[in-house]
Amino acid sequence: MAEAIPSGSSKPIEEKTTVVIRFAGDSGDGMQLTGTQFTNESAIAGNDIATLPDYPAEIRAPAGTLAGVSGFQLHFASDRVFTPGDQPQVLVAMNPAALKVNLGDLEDGSILIVDTDAFTKSNLRKAGYEANPLEDGSVDRLQVLQVPLTKLTTTALADLGLPNKAMVRCRNFFALGLCSWLFNRPTEETLAWIAKKFKKAPQLIEANTLVFKAGWNYGETTEAFTVSYEVKPASSIEPGLYTSITGNKALAYGLMAAAAKANKQLFLGSYPITPASDILHELAAHKELGVITFQAEDEIAGVCSAIGASFGGAIGVTTSSGPGIALKTEAVGLAVMVELPLVIVNVQRGGPSTGLPTKTEQADLLQALYGRNGESPVAVLAPCTPVDCFRAAFEAVAIAIRHMTPVYLMSDGYLANGAEPWSIPKFDDLDDVPAKYWTQAVGFQPYLRNEDTLSRPWAVPGTPGFEHRVGGLEKDYDSGNISYDPANHERMSRVRASKIAAIADDIPPAKVEGSELGEVLVIGWGSTYGAISEAVQTLNAEGVSAGHLHLRWINPLPKDIDKVLKRFKHVIVVEMNLGQLVRVLRDRFLVDAVPLNKIQGQPFKIRELLEPIRAIVEASK
Amino acid sequence: MSPQAAQKLTRKDFVSDQDVRWCPGCGDYSILAQVQKVMPELGVPRENIVVVSGIGCSSRFPYYMNTYGFHSIHGRATAIATGLKTARPELSVWIVTGDGDGLSIGGNHLIHILRRNVDVNILLFNNQIYGLTKGQYSPTSRLGQITKSSPMGVVDNPFDAASLALGAEATFVARTVDVQAAHLQSVLRRAVQHKGTSFIEILQNCVVFNDGAFGDVTDRSEAADHQLLLENGKPLVFGNEGKKGIRLNANMEPEVVSLDDVPIEDVLVHDESNDALSYFLTRLERPKFPLPLGVLRAVDRPTYEGQVHEQIRTAESGNSGTDFDALFASGDTWVVD
Repeated sequence: MAEAIPSGSSKPIEEKTTVVIRFAGDSGDGMQLTGTQFTNESAIAGNDIATLPDYPAEIRAPAGTLAGVSGFQLHFASDRVFTPGDQPQVLVAMNPAALKVNLGDLEDGSILIVDTDAFTKSNLRKAGYEANPLEDGSVDRLQVLQVPLTKLTTTALADLGLPNKAMVRCRNFFALGLCSWLFNRPTEETLAWIAKKFKKAPQLIEANTLVFKAGWNYGETTEAFTVSYEVKPASSIEPGLYTSITGNKALAYGLMAAAAKANKQLFLGSYPITPASDILHELAAHKELGVITFQAEDEIAGVCSAIGASFGGAIGVTTSSGPGIALKTEAVGLAVMVELPLVIVNVQRGGPSTGLPTKTEQADLLQALYGRNGESPVAVLAPCTPVDCFRAAFEAVAIAIRHMTPVYLMSDGYLANGAEPWSIPKFDDLDDVPAKYWTQAVGFQPYLRNEDTLSRPWAVPGTPGFEHRVGGLEKDYDSGNISYDPANHERMSRVRASKIAAIADDIPPAKVEGSELGEVLVIGWGSTYGAISEAVQTLNAEGVSAGHLHLRWINPLPKDIDKVLKRFKHVIVVEMNLGQLVRVLRDRFLVDAVPLNKIQGQPFKIRELLEPIRAIVEASK
Repeated sequence: MSPQAAQKLTRKDFVSDQDVRWCPGCGDYSILAQVQKVMPELGVPRENIVVVSGIGCSSRFPYYMNTYGFHSIHGRATAIATGLKTARPELSVWIVTGDGDGLSIGGNHLIHILRRNVDVNILLFNNQIYGLTKGQYSPTSRLGQITKSSPMGVVDNPFDAASLALGAEATFVARTVDVQAAHLQSVLRRAVQHKGTSFIEILQNCVVFNDGAFGDVTDRSEAADHQLLLENGKPLVFGNEGKKGIRLNANMEPEVVSLDDVPIEDVLVHDESNDALSYFLTRLERPKFPLPLGVLRAVDRPTYEGQVHEQIRTAESGNSGTDFDALFASGDTWVVD
């Protein structure tokens, strides 16, 4: 279609090592789509990337209001990137509400691109502005690029005969084209993507292509833009084939790959819930790989169907978020008692109750560890980056089978929706997942225990000779029959705990990044990995002997963690809650660990870590 | 074990080594005995049979069956069985539940397994009382019934299990009684033949907390007047020597007529595939009308798990093989040298 876009800007190009850009507009403005595609362009350009989508729980809050603002932040750089960035240096604001919500996050001198056509009296009023902020000095501290974006979009489409509303809807592609010019992003892939995405509506292919190009050409021709920028490919990235992947997608891939390696059916029992539903969508789309997805009538049926499938010899998985997990807890206790493999994925969101459905939090750790009746130990594993969701899901399946136990996989909203480059592994290079049903003809008992793992046999219906009954009632240690014997209950309670503790033999030792010993050990789990890494590297550069221990396995903990704790003067535990892991560590190791918490539905910024850690180090000098 | 060998099984092969611990005289004994009698006739190897239950007196059932069994948690047997049957469609899956387990705490899962038409057999023991927790009213207890939790009488309106199952679009709904061994067996045989969810309400006497709840139906001296034994294609007749029938009057209301006065052609004829008639039968009020027993509804509809596996087969046949490498690289990719 028409002529290709030139390969780069003809204006002076300024090199930058790192850029944080945020796209913001109404939730109907297509900001997530724009941000995602700009991310793909940046990844293809060879930058390291991290993203943070931030959108309201309402599908379409009233247009133009603060409640309806949807944002997508991308950090791209020629160095390694650990987080989506503390503050954007570039903000694209599609309306006054988007400006108002995000203006406070911008440092002086940042670039602000606005659609001036959207700054109408009505939109200003909806955003709560009495005067136009573009005219009253509010944005004087920024480099403001005022673009009549709506008008330019409709002008570009004048010949297509589209209704006005449909034309205006294309304006996010103008913003994408303009930003693609501004940062010299490759455009061929975006044009191909437009053709693929709208293949059922050819008119939209033409329209969005025209508008995308108009945006690019506007940057090239308007005098308002005097320079463009370039961020060179990241040199520190390992060679390989890459794709950009979100945590939810990586998690779904990990589950499927592990089940395939185990040569077992993958069964997902799930009920839709934000922010976990994308895992259900992804798995439902892979029937060609034999995956069964069951959209249950409720959360309880989701987990119970997975337990039933595991009893039948499948890999039972259930996915949810906090409120749904609360409903599943009785059934998780059943899985503890019947000792079947089960993976429970909790994509944590702000709580309690319905809380903040689209925001991130880490406040369900104690629920996973202790939130059941009785002594009910389960394995708990937390991925630390979107890409790590793949490996963690794979590991969760392997451990669930090997140890015949439920495994909690603790993702969160930030990992689920955040994307980063994934070095695509070869399926053949992935670890094997040994998974054998019980076949030994002699000596079968349903609760016979493996000497090393203490796990019981997986004897599945359809196998003659092993007919047996499992259930929630306490079982005799030897025969597996119902037992009310007091000493037997204690013995079984202890062996269930020992079984989970034995997983520690199969997990790697505690790995400290940064200083191996010294002043301060910063401990985190889950999605705080990137922020803590960058903070600790900064501290090391400042001469502080700081170490970073990120716990993926929280139950059991790595065997050597107590030795690591003793090597540092201070122990700080960073969490997006009011202090949960810190309680576990204080309880287990009598260590004077200090909590460092944030509970705002948003990930930590680097400076929010640096300042309190520096203060602790300073105070003890 | 081959299917041939399975056919040689006897009742004893289905009796487990566990002592049965229901109260002496409990209706559950008879139900267990009839199930154990019918199982050898199915031609299904014992290892392919799984009995799943929830919580309650009836839910101890799996321990007494020498098959695979799962005694789960309150109300959830239907959900567990759905996962099991969907993952392993070749298994013969039986659910044993009660009026508390299946209709109260597990009511949601019950209606959904019925509408999905998962090919399992559900035996719902209805004794109109909570037995295991010692005598509280259930969702099928009669209005005014005195129980431990309703000392002045039940004020919650009960529902009829069969009406509910029909409302949930069940493809097979039947009703039988614990003490009528031959009838119970015949209903079980029909249920096994049905492809899809078979829902059987079994009226079951709790000797300790609700003795005689169905006495008017089961008392031999009165049974003929109080039971309407359904046969597909046969007129709705009952009473001694079949002298009474049910017809619709001019106002489309049911009425009991004497066949001495009314020709048999006027009496309604049972049709298991007629939705309206099935529902109508579950709404006949006692004691003005007899209680219908037998198969209320039996229709064909594709099973849930059958369709799930059909979709998987279709998707797999369009796929050149399990290729994770292609899947992993299915989005935009780039190479870092």
